Amino acid sequence: MLHTLAVLVENHPGVLTRVAGLFARRAYNIESLSVCQTEDPGISRMTIVVDGDDQVIEQVSKQLHKLVVVHKVTDLTGEAIVDRELALIRVKVNNETRLEVLQTVDVFRGRVVDMGRTNITVELTGDGEKIDAFVRTVRPYGLMELVRTGKIAITRSDN
Amino acid sequence: MTGAEVLLKALEDEGVELIFGYPGGVLLALYDALLDSKIRHIGVRHEQGAVHAADAYARAGNRVGVCLGTSGPGATNLVTGIANAYMDSVPIVVLTGQVSTGLLGSDSFQEADITGITMPITKHSYLVRDPRELPRIVKEAFYIAASGRPGPVLIDLPKDVLAARDVVAAPAVPKLKSYKVFGKGNAGQIEETAKAIAQSQRPVLYAGGGVINSGAQTALKELVEATSLPVVTTLMGIGSLPAGHPNLLGMVGMHGTVTANYAVDDCDLLIAVGVRFDDRVTSGLGHKFATKAKIVHIDVDPAEIGKVVRTHIPLVGDAKLVLEDLMSLVQKQDKPEWWNQLRQWQKDYPLRYDTDRLTPQMVIEKIGKIAGEDAILCTDVGQHQMWAAQFYPVARPRHFITSGGLGTMGFGLPASVGAQIAQPDKTVFLVTGDGSLQMTIQELATIIQHKLPIKIALMNNGVLGMVRQWQKMFYDERFSQIQLHANPDFIKVAEAYGLKGIRVTDVSQVEGALTEARDYRGPVLVEFMISPDEDVLPMVPPGKEITEMLGR
Ligand SMILES: Cc1ncc(C[n+]2csc(CCOP(=O)(O)OP(=O)(O)O)c2C)c(N)n1
Repeated sequence: MLHTLAVLVENHPGVLTRVAGLFARRAYNIESLSVCQTEDPGISRMTIVVDGDDQVIEQVSKQLHKLVVVHKVTDLTGEAIVDRELALIRVKVNNETRLEVLQTVDVFRGRVVDMGRTNITVELTGDGEKIDAFVRTVRPYGLMELVRTGKIAITRSDN
Repeated sequence: MTGAEVLLKALEDEGVELIFGYPGGVLLALYDALLDSKIRHIGVRHEQGAVHAADAYARAGNRVGVCLGTSGPGATNLVTGIANAYMDSVPIVVLTGQVSTGLLGSDSFQEADITGITMPITKHSYLVRDPRELPRIVKEAFYIAASGRPGPVLIDLPKDVLAARDVVAAPAVPKLKSYKVFGKGNAGQIEETAKAIAQSQRPVLYAGGGVINSGAQTALKELVEATSLPVVTTLMGIGSLPAGHPNLLGMVGMHGTVTANYAVDDCDLLIAVGVRFDDRVTSGLGHKFATKAKIVHIDVDPAEIGKVVRTHIPLVGDAKLVLEDLMSLVQKQDKPEWWNQLRQWQKDYPLRYDTDRLTPQMVIEKIGKIAGEDAILCTDVGQHQMWAAQFYPVARPRHFITSGGLGTMGFGLPASVGAQIAQPDKTVFLVTGDGSLQMTIQELATIIQHKLPIKIALMNNGVLGMVRQWQKMFYDERFSQIQLHANPDFIKVAEAYGLKGIRVTDVSQVEGALTEARDYRGPVLVEFMISPDEDVLPMVPPGKEITEMLGR
């Protein structure tokens, strides 16, 4: 099962290596990882999606906790969260397909950020499933390039 | 002050009296500053010797050990020893030289990314970029190394950081917001454990290195005496209860006693203290280990709990504090039926060996008698190590020093150096093998140079005995690459370095040779010519459950 971990770490060089290295050497699989500075510039937040049963996830979080650079590990799985991913997708188009593709982009509430004679580039935000669905839909036209950020997540406020 | 002076001052502030090390180009400023420092430098013959010595110094002296190596090859030579200390949770601070900050990452001469290389085998590490931060970094390093579950911390020191002049050091104020150390255990869980002890018919306490690290021996002894708890230990837990104590059943696991293994298999309550259910104990079969038992796991490292076996009562905390709290909640009890069973097993399946010839087991038992309770025994890795674990009567914690988790051949000789320097007034014996000794034999010179009266008992069987035993038992005696044909004359080697050499070829000479070695004022190597065909028994074959011992 996929778990989403929010990991608060110190914001300095080498920290990413420590975290990624721990996953590698303990044979845990990272599905996606995104990292950036938080509201506190000394702290970065990693959102790590990892595959494993409850026991594996428990070990992952305990091992992460042991790293001196890790402040906090929260398993967001099963919590009320908002999660988002950003994707940039370049799709092949020609005079016949351009309109169809643009309509699809519209349906998915994407945004065209670049347009060439033979392709368009779309920006899309949403949860992973929405992005998967969009990709499935436009693939037949010719998927030229796909960049995804990996998931970021935040818990919902309780009011 | 120079960066090097700031560093040495910071080390002095941590109470460092000596460093095991080996110089090199990027360390020139530091070695120069050492000339004017109170800190003693113990020169070794190979950086591996320095780190193992620091490791054993930490174990025998119950303090943080410090070692030092130069950049590149000096640093990589330390790697085995860092891994060794990591696996056995030993507090050491490893100082490595590094190329100047401006050259970092450019594959410059003698550059090795040692913080990268050692990331999985250190508790934490630092690459110092600003000499003003040295006091804080040193303070943090010592605190991290020694607190919680101890372990090695590495500080990589670029040449220009050490050579920097007019350094105005920042105060040594640690910034460790995210580092957590566990102390007392959860009161509810401790109460539950006390109840479990009262209800249990067949309890066992399984003691590991954590007992020794936390200094829990007295708490342990009081608890097990009050509640009649039988005790099995891991290799690292040897010394947590004195040899010969009536509650002690011996070592558990692959080469454990039959009674210890049967007891763990049959118990209805297993109280695991400072252990990690290593596969040399469980055969890698966590799900088949102590299956009839309720399992209590006491450990300072929360990640160990539930890692290998399912735990019924997890108890995160310092072993000593938890056992003391537990002691205040238990009532006196006897468990006579369980003890009848245990005594019967002990009678039926004692550890034994042949007495008609010169055997290593007998020699090791004799060393114990002649060296006395106050002596420290260091071992190398192989059959002789297991015989030492089985037959040497370890009376106290920190008096049995061995490479457990990593099983590093070559640990023994430099370890004896560290132990002797930590405890200059104690007798230090080393039990080693002809394979292991040759991995770090150059440290004989360190022994002479620093006038260490170490007593080396070399079990010379002419082979890599432990590997040979596995080939004999599990590979149809197809012996492959285990002969040590080109062994030197070890007596001549010892004498060439300046040690006294004594060769023992017959049982009748054992006592005399060992007494002579003990009473001789300097270092001695006693070589025991033993058969390559001795086996370490009993033995749980790989992948079998711990009750399926050969040689019962
Ligand atoms: C550095 C290292 N290399 C290889 C091994 C694998 N190994 C384990 S025991 C052993 C043989 C040890 O031989 P010796 O020191 O002569 O001791 P004996 O078993 O004969 O008592 C070997 C090769 C090891 N533990 N460490």
